[in-house]
Amino acid sequence: MATTAITTDTKWWGGGKSPFNVEYGKLMMWYFLMSDAFTFGAFLIAYGTIRFSSTGWPDPNEVFQSFPGLGSGLPLMFVSLMTFILIISSVTMVLAVRAGHERNKAAVVKYLFWTIIGGIAFLSCQAWEWHHLHEEGAWWGRNPFVNQDGTASSTNFTNFFFTITGFHGFHVFSGVVINIIMLIMAMTDTFERRGHYLMIEKAGLYWHFVDLVWVFVFTCFYLI
Amino acid sequence: MNNEGVIGTQTDVGHVHAAHHDHDGDHHHHHETFISKYIFSMDHKMIAKQFLITGMVWAIIGGLMSVLFRMQLGYPGESFPILETLLGKWAKGGTITPEAYYALVTTHGTVLVFFVLTAGLSGTFANFLIPLQIGARDMASPFMNMLSYWFFFAAGVVMLSSIFVETGPFSGGWTAYPPLSALGSASPGSKTGMDLWLISMALFVVSSLLGGLNYIATILNMRTKGMSMTRLPLTIWALFFTAILGVLSFPVLLSGFILLIFDRNFGTSFYLSDIFIQGVGALPNEGGSAILYQHLFWFLGHPEVYIIILPAMGIVSEVMSTNARKPIFGYMAMLGSLFAIAVLAFVVWAHHMFVSGLNPFLGSFFVLLTLLIAVPSAIKVFNWLTTLWRGNLRFTAGMLYSIGFVSMFISGGLTGIFLGNSALDIHLHDTYFIIAHFHIVMGVAGIFGMYAGIYHWFPKMFGRYLNNTLSYIHFWVTLAGAYLIFWPMHYEGLAGMPRRYYDYSNWESFKQFVGLNQFITIVAIIVFATQLLFLFNFFYSMYKGRKVTSQNPWGSNTLEWTTPINPGHGNWVGEIPEVHRWAYDYGKDGHDYISQTTPVGADESRH
Repeated sequence: MATTAITTDTKWWGGGKSPFNVEYGKLMMWYFLMSDAFTFGAFLIAYGTIRFSSTGWPDPNEVFQSFPGLGSGLPLMFVSLMTFILIISSVTMVLAVRAGHERNKAAVVKYLFWTIIGGIAFLSCQAWEWHHLHEEGAWWGRNPFVNQDGTASSTNFTNFFFTITGFHGFHVFSGVVINIIMLIMAMTDTFERRGHYLMIEKAGLYWHFVDLVWVFVFTCFYLI
Repeated sequence: MNNEGVIGTQTDVGHVHAAHHDHDGDHHHHHETFISKYIFSMDHKMIAKQFLITGMVWAIIGGLMSVLFRMQLGYPGESFPILETLLGKWAKGGTITPEAYYALVTTHGTVLVFFVLTAGLSGTFANFLIPLQIGARDMASPFMNMLSYWFFFAAGVVMLSSIFVETGPFSGGWTAYPPLSALGSASPGSKTGMDLWLISMALFVVSSLLGGLNYIATILNMRTKGMSMTRLPLTIWALFFTAILGVLSFPVLLSGFILLIFDRNFGTSFYLSDIFIQGVGALPNEGGSAILYQHLFWFLGHPEVYIIILPAMGIVSEVMSTNARKPIFGYMAMLGSLFAIAVLAFVVWAHHMFVSGLNPFLGSFFVLLTLLIAVPSAIKVFNWLTTLWRGNLRFTAGMLYSIGFVSMFISGGLTGIFLGNSALDIHLHDTYFIIAHFHIVMGVAGIFGMYAGIYHWFPKMFGRYLNNTLSYIHFWVTLAGAYLIFWPMHYEGLAGMPRRYYDYSNWESFKQFVGLNQFITIVAIIVFATQLLFLFNFFYSMYKGRKVTSQNPWGSNTLEWTTPINPGHGNWVGEIPEVHRWAYDYGKDGHDYISQTTPVGADESRH
């Protein structure tokens, strides 16, 4: 009816426009991240279930105490560096997204580049850590570490560690690949032609999510 | 409201729109090859048909498997040469081997639950109806939509190939509980067959995720002007909640499967502890928990049954309202109960595990939450009955199947109250009672919703009608047959007859059921044959059926009936119509129906 015409502009849910004022790709990304959060949630809850029904568990301060070049006796130092690298890469991602808003191509390229470097650095650290643990005899189905109280430990400490950090590493790897694609698209002016850098935002959402997941993985495996 | 730019939507309230002619259909001008139109199509309508026909192929394969193992159950030990012809070494001498029997049961369950009632039902109707009913030219991402179908197709190919491996397909039940599923040495089917089963299911999860994200984004973002959320037809609401359930529950299943893959291939023991296998000896695995898998599995497994039933509920609401020529009773209550079911779906999974060793105290919470589902379910049932009440019923095949759905949902839902009770479940679990319950409330009801949808939207899909006589024969035989098959199973289950046994004739206590089991087998064969009749009707009518001559043959309000009879890619010629009202103005102010595109008149009350 004619009298209701005034309210049309504020009817976000009335159809004909996106209720959240976002394009579909970003909406999908949010739902995908929710979905992925359930994947990681299931892993971490499974880990918690098994860990708390076990009689003992190795002490992370004993297991993760090596640093490349500095030897052992430095509990959690290396993983702190890894975490720091990943968080810094999130910061550079934020800067890339902001540069995209400003349509500043040079800055987008610069910060995406540093984000990719951060991702690769994190993956390299993880590769070193895995390699080091493997050298010590740890792998899927093999656990050289004893429980905190000195009793024999089941293999589930290493099983869960390699599976879940591996799954997270796979996500970081995918993020690096996505970011490299974004970098190429930015360098070839694809976003300039489109007139917006929204793709960078979506890649950024994914990158921050992977970062956030690491915080939980880090807490569950290294701190608790 | 401003009405400018609405083209091609007449305001002839209560009339069938004049048929558009064929040239209206070719709205898009880009060249289409056979491959881009029928194979790697990005048109949501074609993808829907791909899902439907693939689902039908799987329904025939899965249905035939049930006929085969029913032969063993009805006539244990008897020889049927045809079984050897079909199954070869798996039925030497015409009798199904125990391994083949378990493989058939397992594959039947997996295929029917995932490929037919998930992909075949919500894949078909979400793809077909979402853009058409919300007023969009296609899905948000047609490309992802195409990928979703092809991942499903690939999942099907892998599952099909597992039937032909030397050690046979997986045979440990569709739930794939470890240790049977985790240890290749546990049974022949747990070897290569199980690996293929897991690959197939992983592909299926990807397909479901790609599809679900697309459905959600499309429904939220791409509704036409005026199509507010509360003007959406209930089909769309149901498909929306279905997609959310899938997006949030399938990843948990994927996690569970990943852990299972590691247990199978990489020497881990997530699910394994203290196991001794005859002929192999004690296994070194320690510290894992088989119950953990059950939690991960049923966190998907329970929402999965609502992924099956919600689209059926949406279809039934829409078809029933249209054919009762009455507004759906309690639209907001229908919507609220869909929401309640979707939420409760996530907090009841452990009722599948009452006898698994779950803490009985925890079980009591799951009893409470499970029984709570009776409330929204009852709201829906009463709303369907009150929609029928004093309606001007048109008994089309779609309507009959909708009414049949409600009948099945009541019958199967009531036994759910028995099973949701952890004390009664001690007696009833893993008996034929549970077989009867879930086949009626999920299997048959889901299939009935699917048939209701196919019969109702076939004219929109193919521009032709299905043959009515064959449709009625199909409905009545299937309805009667479904009850005759599954009703007696309640008695068998109450008498303690366990599920998944190969041969009951050795038990004195179950000898009384020999005749009943034969009867069930005979009816199952008849019902299966009747489904072939439906297939004939479907494919014959696709090419030779009576042509649809009016744009809106059912006199329906929703937007899909404002498109040309054979809509091209893009659905509407000219601009997408604007929506002015909800989808259920039937029998209002003396008008038989008022299309959603008709502006609200000055003398009308608004919704």
